[in-house]
Amino acid sequence: MKYVDEFRDPAKARYLLGEINRQIEQIATCQVRPLQLMEVCGGHTHALFKYGIETLLPEVIELVHGPGCPVCVLPMGRVDDCVALAEQGGVIFTTFGDPMRVPGSRKSLAQAKAEGADIRMVYSPLDALKLARQHPEREVVFFGLGFETTIPSTAFTVLQAEREGINNFSVFCNHITIIPTIKAILDSPDMQLDGFLGPGHVSMVIGTRPYGFIAERYHKPVVIAGFEPLDVLQAVAMVLRQIAKRRAEVENQYGRVVPQEGNRAALTALSQVFEVREYFEWRGLGSIDYSGVRLRQRYARYDAERRFSLPNLKIADPKACQCGEVLKGILKPRECKVFGTACTPETPLGALMVSSEGACAAYYRFGRLQQQTPAHSRETMDQA
Amino acid sequence: MNSHPGSRHVTLAHGSGGKAMRDLIETLFVRHFHNPWLTPLEDQARIGLGELSPGGNRLAFTTDSFVVDPLFFPGGDIGTLAVNGTINDLAMSGALPLYLSCGMILEEGLSITLLEEVVESMGRAADAAGVSIVTGDTKVVPRGAVDKLFINTTGLGVIPEGVHIASHRAQPGDAILVNGFMGDHGAAIVDARGELALDNPVESDCQPLQGLVAAMLSACPDIHCLRDATRGGVATVLNEFAQAAQVGMRLEEASLPVRETVRGVCEILGLDPLYLANEGKLVAIVPGEAAEAVLAAMRSHPAGQEGAIIGEVTAVPEGRVVLATALGGERIVDMLVGEQLPRIC
Repeated sequence: MKYVDEFRDPAKARYLLGEINRQIEQIATCQVRPLQLMEVCGGHTHALFKYGIETLLPEVIELVHGPGCPVCVLPMGRVDDCVALAEQGGVIFTTFGDPMRVPGSRKSLAQAKAEGADIRMVYSPLDALKLARQHPEREVVFFGLGFETTIPSTAFTVLQAEREGINNFSVFCNHITIIPTIKAILDSPDMQLDGFLGPGHVSMVIGTRPYGFIAERYHKPVVIAGFEPLDVLQAVAMVLRQIAKRRAEVENQYGRVVPQEGNRAALTALSQVFEVREYFEWRGLGSIDYSGVRLRQRYARYDAERRFSLPNLKIADPKACQCGEVLKGILKPRECKVFGTACTPETPLGALMVSSEGACAAYYRFGRLQQQTPAHSRETMDQA
Repeated sequence: MNSHPGSRHVTLAHGSGGKAMRDLIETLFVRHFHNPWLTPLEDQARIGLGELSPGGNRLAFTTDSFVVDPLFFPGGDIGTLAVNGTINDLAMSGALPLYLSCGMILEEGLSITLLEEVVESMGRAADAAGVSIVTGDTKVVPRGAVDKLFINTTGLGVIPEGVHIASHRAQPGDAILVNGFMGDHGAAIVDARGELALDNPVESDCQPLQGLVAAMLSACPDIHCLRDATRGGVATVLNEFAQAAQVGMRLEEASLPVRETVRGVCEILGLDPLYLANEGKLVAIVPGEAAEAVLAAMRSHPAGQEGAIIGEVTAVPEGRVVLATALGGERIVDMLVGEQLPRIC
């Protein structure tokens, strides 16, 4: 497949793995603990497991699966709000596919749908707007979820609704932004990260400049990475090269998609429709200042939080659930007390087990092999 | 429909057991399913045991219900699915499928023209596969009680002597084969729902497989396992085999046959073709030494021209399916949990 197979070429992968091992040899002489690299984006976590990349990397590289899956970091109270919205008479509640199974405190959207709520899966907010056009007698609510990758499309849809004078459409806004979250992780006292694979899709919108503080203030290398296996391998090699040379810069591996300045039209629409919330609750991470957005006053009539009465309760995560520690990289998914026992993809306790991009779901689906059979292809630091 | 002047939609009267129902049965079902067992319109088909015994020494008996949305899609419709799906369930035991029943649940208000298209399609599919639809049932329920049209088909076939296909028979050293591109049906349904606007629409692979199975059995009568990879796809079938036989399955990613367009659909939606539904694809586990002969037999049959050996049965890890990725890594291919949901980004 043109533009896909080129990024999955086994020969090039072998070359990049050789390069990674060469860089590790240089770093090994002065490094006493494993190197912790955080892939911020859930898409990277998925790619790492889907292509078996973790089984190919030297054991001294520890990949930490960051908070970049918007479904995984959704607090339980917000899921309850979604269910409450969906169960209001006359509402068609529209959502992307993967939030359907995230557990709320009483039920998930999938359960609410089975019980009769009119919940429909859409591929874009424009599909939700289309439903609003088709059902003028109903209230169509779109579950706005995701980082800067998806915020612009929600913004464009609100602008489109305004242009057409559609009044039965609104957004339940749970959009979040990545920069304050990375900063919160870097400020965490138990942070040991040595470098970052930056989120490629987010960067397509915001560009590379906003990550500058990670290199300048925290002296950690950042490489904006694509999602094909060769992208990920090359980005790992680039981070290692910076560490080996004691550099800390923002580099762009995903240049074919990510412009340095980002996407001006998307950014304009984003800031036209949305404003930053002072705080927003993240599942497992608590409240992070300025990490969420809401609709501006001008677009209040498209804001489901203003149009409908919501429970808006803060629900504590189940006690046994250690999603927060996993999100911060303190625990590996399989080190969680309930991983694979009380918490499985069939009966998820935490959101990290629900979404296909969640670290725990990826470990469960793809990664249990490593638990059972030692990966023959690994090299240890001593060998290096 | 010409045979129903003035009655162009199904009404509750068509399920009442009275004249309207009799007319519907005679002008639609008997006309399109015409055969000597159905035509007397008794409450049961009567089949001489002597007609069955020359074909083998055991009966295979199966039932399935079909509720697909949309009813028509590129490469087939609910009628062809209902016939071929049940034929394939019989064929996966090595049986020669012979007779089908057809139960229809119709929504009040369904277009009779549309119903006739489905029934005609069932008749054509049965003729093409050499099976007869010998008995049936029709119910009409009030508008909203079903989504347009549901079909149940039950099938009867005869298993030849000496054929012992069972999911627990997979053993280390066996080869894993599929008869062609994976995921065509699943991708066709996604496309037919209008959720994607593909330049090159994918056609469903809906087809009967009993001829292909017969060809494979003639190359190797000792086929260990066979299953058509419908909902849940190839990955689910292999997990079921691995668990039933307590063996491992090792797939080679580079050998998996997937059509370019289907790969594209999967890339866009974040789906895995290993889990996509098929309606004309089977997974076979055969003794390693017979693998090439079975593959040759497969490829010489129209339903298996793109057949491939995709992996082997291993001793470990017990009960698990492992994929060797094209890059040289490994990962588990687990059972599908819930349904595949498109990712957010």
